[in-house]
Amino acid sequence: MSVRRLAEKHLQPESFAFTPENVAWAKQQIAKYPEGRQASAVIPLLMRAQEQGGGWLSEPAMRVVGEMLDMPPIRIYEVATFYTQFQLQPVGRKAHIQVCGTTPCMLRGAEALIKVCKHRINEHQFHLSADGDFSWEEVECAGACVNAPMVQVVKDVYEDLTPEALEKIIDALARGEKPKTGPQIGRRSSEPVTGERTLTDPALFDGSMIGKGAGLAAAREAIAARAAAEQTPKPAEPAAAAPSGKAKSD
Amino acid sequence: MNPRITIENIPPGPGRGRGRGKPKPKGRQVDLRALEEVRVLLGGRPRRRDLLIEHLHLIQDHYGHLSAAHLAALAAEMRLALVEVYEVATFYAHFDVVKEGEVPPPAVTVRVCDSLSCAMAGAEKLLTDLQEKLGADVRVVRAPCMGACHQAPVCAVGHVQIAHANAEKVSQGVAGDRHAHAATPGRDLAAYRLEGGYALLRDCLDGKRTREEIIGIVDVAGLRGLGGAGFPTGRKWNLVRKEPAPRLMAVNGDEGEPGTFKDRHYLGLDPHRFIEGMLLAAWVVEAPAVYFYLRDEYPELRLMLTDEIAKVVAAGLAPHTQIHMRRGAGAYICGEESAMIESIEGKRGLPRHRPPYVAQVGLFGRPTLEQNVETLFWVRDIVEKGADWFTSHGRRERKGLRSFSVSGRVKDPGVKLAPAGISARELIEEYCGGMQDGHTFKAYLPGGASGGILPASMADEPLDFGTLEKYGCFVGSHAVVILSDKDDIKAVALNLMRFFEDESCGQCTPCRVGTEKAAKLMASGPWDEKLLDDLASVMRTASICGLGQAAPNPLTCVFKYFPEELKKPLGTW
Repeated sequence: MSVRRLAEKHLQPESFAFTPENVAWAKQQIAKYPEGRQASAVIPLLMRAQEQGGGWLSEPAMRVVGEMLDMPPIRIYEVATFYTQFQLQPVGRKAHIQVCGTTPCMLRGAEALIKVCKHRINEHQFHLSADGDFSWEEVECAGACVNAPMVQVVKDVYEDLTPEALEKIIDALARGEKPKTGPQIGRRSSEPVTGERTLTDPALFDGSMIGKGAGLAAAREAIAARAAAEQTPKPAEPAAAAPSGKAKSD
Repeated sequence: MNPRITIENIPPGPGRGRGRGKPKPKGRQVDLRALEEVRVLLGGRPRRRDLLIEHLHLIQDHYGHLSAAHLAALAAEMRLALVEVYEVATFYAHFDVVKEGEVPPPAVTVRVCDSLSCAMAGAEKLLTDLQEKLGADVRVVRAPCMGACHQAPVCAVGHVQIAHANAEKVSQGVAGDRHAHAATPGRDLAAYRLEGGYALLRDCLDGKRTREEIIGIVDVAGLRGLGGAGFPTGRKWNLVRKEPAPRLMAVNGDEGEPGTFKDRHYLGLDPHRFIEGMLLAAWVVEAPAVYFYLRDEYPELRLMLTDEIAKVVAAGLAPHTQIHMRRGAGAYICGEESAMIESIEGKRGLPRHRPPYVAQVGLFGRPTLEQNVETLFWVRDIVEKGADWFTSHGRRERKGLRSFSVSGRVKDPGVKLAPAGISARELIEEYCGGMQDGHTFKAYLPGGASGGILPASMADEPLDFGTLEKYGCFVGSHAVVILSDKDDIKAVALNLMRFFEDESCGQCTPCRVGTEKAAKLMASGPWDEKLLDDLASVMRTASICGLGQAAPNPLTCVFKYFPEELKKPLGTW
């Protein structure tokens, strides 16, 4: 792991204070934990401080969280410097783009995306673009390998990217628009690019099977259908598996 | 079927007759005789946790070692887990833990200082000579700097130090008295009061001077922490005063930086000037208690200061605070401010993570003013003679007076009170009578083991806080060791790295493993610059405290300033 340090003094704001809404929210978070264990709320509070603070965690913000949780400053620093989703220096005003560079994304073109970032934003990660609107970094697996390559911007992901698609997203973000999130090649989620093949029966999703043991019945049907299909060469429509919670009680 | 259990045949253990229970609890049992012995030794002393190291000293001094039975008894007596006692006892070099079946060390221990100034004066040869000459009844061990570098080589026979040691002198020492006796103060209480001593303190206690006034003078004088960090003293007092009461004060007398002996010098020379400074500072920050931590290498000073402090208290000069003496136990790391706080609390000397800083959360969790001995020594003079007196000294736009501990290849080594900003060359020529005959000035250590090494070609740089940082060096505790053409620079750097390896507290990996690895690499074959630089940068960026961060300084200095030395094989003395 690389060394992660707090931002230089001249970059740090004078002070930090949660908005009243965030204070109320933080109190709820802290109340989830037993007396004396308030420190458990440190990560959610830091995350909220980061959101409020323009996408990065300043030293005063860490100190405020420490005071709320009765933790010494160093205990906050060590949490904030450990987790890479906490940004320790100012990030782009409009977007901080996290490009996944781990193997599945790398194999499907993450390096080309990084090239776009270097060209459009800054040669170096964590450095701001000339106008201060953008910054980027390479991250490890963001858990969207089936839609590789991908980038994450705060809470949104943009998947199935090409360099051109990423350029368009950056353009849209620069105009202050909110580009469509998720896969950029027309698919809905992580289904096969060639179209859905399983779980296609609408009855599975309209609630009509709830309470009827239908899940188990469907599973039995599927097994029977597969057995039948193996005997006859004609390809059978694959039957639904058993997604219903009912099956578990059996 | 189990036989019927009656009141007469209850099996003793927790297994209740299944044959697996043990007849007593796990671990070492408290030996009643050992418990009695420990109780006798402790007498009426409180059994508080923070006194653990003091109590271990009682046992070590009386029996010459710490037996497992005594440790178990002490743990029971102090209501601590045995492991808490054990981890402290095994941390400090001056405790010898002897488990069951192990042989206790011989009655006499001779510690031979092998730190740089003594190594240059022939410590290695002395070690071999002594091992041959003294035989099996005497234990001869290596030890780090004992704060007498101007009298190198130095040995400690029991609790008595022998200056300019040779095998002859040490054997006489072994045969003679090995117990420490209180030193004679250079100026005693009566003499000190005669020349106006404690008048300032009296005025302060009587309300004739205000705290703001005293802080102001010290601030204008630019007095800085002379333990090595150089933090402005006036600012520190203000910072601590802003913290909520009760505030505490701790005095750092754990002078252990190789080459440094100025605190020892001043404590012996004029103890009351220091005591008055300490009481003034305690009054300024309104500390109801002062903990004075003195290294174990200066037993004669500890005994003397205990007496002198008792006299001061008896004279009614310390109504505002209570002074507690605390004795170190041979650990360089305890000179680090937060490690010292841990040690005063009776624990292993592991530096704390900061912030909060010691000024905010220090001793026993209270805001604490921590000051070096010499810093306090100057307080009275600065207030009485005025800030101008102090700032009138200095060279090259630096201001104030500094005490340099000079050792190595100069004619007249010792503590030299000189203007801040003086250069190493001036120090040698004006204050130390020049180089020893037959030696040519080649290089110098500006700040003890951690301050790096500079070549003679850079001996005109001003020596002060903040002037050498740009060269990867610092002046720290102002311990200047002068090296000559007879000294091998690589051997010097290796000696220093071995010191850090021995004294690393072991808490963080970059320091614990880094110092060991570096010493190994430096001792074997040609130095691999890329590899060692890499190691140095990890130690510098990732160590918790200054020890690990500064340990690679001498090493990187060799690469930077002595490239021609790298071609030579590793030398020796």
